[in-house]
This record gives sequence, structure tokens and C-alpha cells, in this order.
Amino acid sequence: MRFIPALALAAAVLLSGVGSVGAQEKLVNEIGNVTIEGNSKIDMFRPEKDQDTIPRNFQKQPPLIPHSIKGYNITQNFNKCMDCHSKERAEETGATKVAKSHYLDREDKKGSNISPRRYFCMQCHVPQFDAKPLVANTYKPAAKKGE
Amino acid sequence: MMSLDKFTPAWVKRIGFATVAGLFIAGIVFWGGFNWALEATNKESFCIGCHEMEENVFREYQNTIHYTNRTGVRATCPDCHVPKEWGPKMIRKIQASNEVLHKILGTIDTPEKFNIKRPQLAQNEWKRMKANDSQECRNCHRYDYMDYTEQGNRAARMHPVAFTEGKTCIDCHKGIAHQLPAIDQHIGKQNDGAVAISHGEKPVEAAKEEAKPEAKAESK
Repeated sequence: MRFIPALALAAAVLLSGVGSVGAQEKLVNEIGNVTIEGNSKIDMFRPEKDQDTIPRNFQKQPPLIPHSIKGYNITQNFNKCMDCHSKERAEETGATKVAKSHYLDREDKKGSNISPRRYFCMQCHVPQFDAKPLVANTYKPAAKKGE
Repeated sequence: MMSLDKFTPAWVKRIGFATVAGLFIAGIVFWGGFNWALEATNKESFCIGCHEMEENVFREYQNTIHYTNRTGVRATCPDCHVPKEWGPKMIRKIQASNEVLHKILGTIDTPEKFNIKRPQLAQNEWKRMKANDSQECRNCHRYDYMDYTEQGNRAARMHPVAFTEGKTCIDCHKGIAHQLPAIDQHIGKQNDGAVAISHGEKPVEAAKEEAKPEAKAESK
């Protein structure tokens, strides 16, 4: 019998929570089929495993990452990507060497080392994933030079 | 009783059966107690009893594969940081008395102080693991039983090469359970002059010696 006040309190908390959610407008994402609250499945992402490289979709597209990046951190102390992709390490590790464009600062002046604005690799390079287009579209990459 | 008396050594007769039995039991108690104390100080809960460990290295380690993973098999602090064999274990335990001293002195009792010491602490562990051929890694991870076809592309490519070159786990796998100190990766100014990490290459001096003949040849 002692449990009843606690139970009643729990029920009240639960109901008030449900009430406040119900009062809000139902938020839907841009594609219009998943509620914002329902996004949790998408949030449960798993790192992609090592796989063969998918060709780029357009010229100058930042190459995608064809391998798992689970647990890879980029901090002020250490840049895990550059542990293999830096020009010093690329030959030994067989990784793609960081491109020359990454040495240019925003005035297009070549620095002796990678530009600070290029430090956070995953701002542009993301793990590759065979994602289907969210909406139907007719996108075609521009023809390469000479084509 | 005659026969028993005949086989009883003189020293037993001198101090008496009861004393001998007492010593024997005391031996069991002391040895058992000693082992119990060793085991008690070899538990994760003991390690993180210190807030120095709990707030720094333990928190970092909680994001890594040795703490949480698909199958729930874990490596706890002593699995990597305390040798399993009796001799090396004793040596490590005696060295740990220095850590007790620094606990009392409060050498690393804030995250800021810890981070100042991090390069030194990390290098101590790297040196220890390099010296014993990453014994604590190899207690679980055996080269001989690695199935490269089950490994990721990069691991399958690099592991055989590294083993052929005689590298050991810690040469490449640094900072897998805790955060690294600032590392000079030659990729920018921010960490210039910080700790340099090798990937099991030959020591710099040896590499220079080998490189010399080539340099001479080029100059000609």
C-alpha cells in the first residue's frame, strides 16, 4: 500500500509529459515522412565498414572515405586521419596522400603545411554510403574537360 | 607411535608438532592474504577509486572498444597495465608505490595537471610495452591466430607487413584506449616540437646512419 503515492506520482509525471508532447504541433522532417521525434532510428548510425571505393559523382568532389572511421578522433593534440594520410606517412601506409590544394590558405597562398582551415577532414570527407537520392532529380555532373 | 617418532626430523621434535602445524597454517593465511591483497589492488574498481584515474583516463577509455563493444568482452585496467606473470607483476606492483606517493603529493589531481603530465605518462607506458613486445596486448591478441580475411582491408594489408618487419602492437596502436598527448605530426604549427611518435621505425640515429651512404652517392 505504501507504493501507491509513488505510483500515482509516476503516473502524473508520465501523463504530464505525454500531454505536453500532444499539445505541440507534430514536427515532420523535410521529406515529410518521419516525425522529428521518430528520427532516433536514423541517429543510431553505425560506422561503415571497409569497402571498395565508389566513384566520385562530380569533378572536384571531396573523395569519400572507403573505410571504417570508428573511434577516429580529430583533436588539437592528434589528427587520426593524418596519421596515415599526411605526406610523411602516406607512402608507408598506402593511404591517399592529402591533396596539394590543402596547403593553400584562403588567399590561395601555399603554406609549408596543411592549412588550418583543412584540419577537420570530416567537414568535407565523409564515409561513403550507397545512399539513394531523397527526392527524384535529374542531376548530371558537368562534362570533364575535353569531353 | 614408534614408527612416527623415527621419521620425525629433529627440528620438528625440538619445536613441537603444534608449532609446526601452526606455522603451516600461518603460511597459508599469509600467502593467501598476500594474494588476496594483490588481487584486490588489481581490480578496475580499485584503480578508479582514485579520482585521478576516474576523472581522466577512465572517462576517456569508456568511449573505446576495450570498454564497450558488440560482444561485451572487456579489457579492464590491469589487463593492459599490470603484467600477468608473477615476476614482472611484482616489479610493477613495487613501482606502483611511487604512484601512491604522487597520489599523496597531488601531482595529477586535476585534469589540467594530468594533461601537463600526459606526455610523460604516455611515453612511460609506450616504453614499457615496447620493451615487453606488447605482452599485455598479446595476452589476448595473438598474431598466429589472426584471420586476415576477417580483418578490414587496411588491417589485413598492414598486419603481415608490420609483423615481418618485427614491429609490435604498441608501435602503431597508440592512443587506442586513452587520449593522446599533443603529438608532432608535422602537419601544422600547433604541435611543433611536441612528442614525436614512431610507428616502429628504426631509431632516428640508426636511420641516419643508413641514409648516409645514399646521401653521399647523391652528392657525387
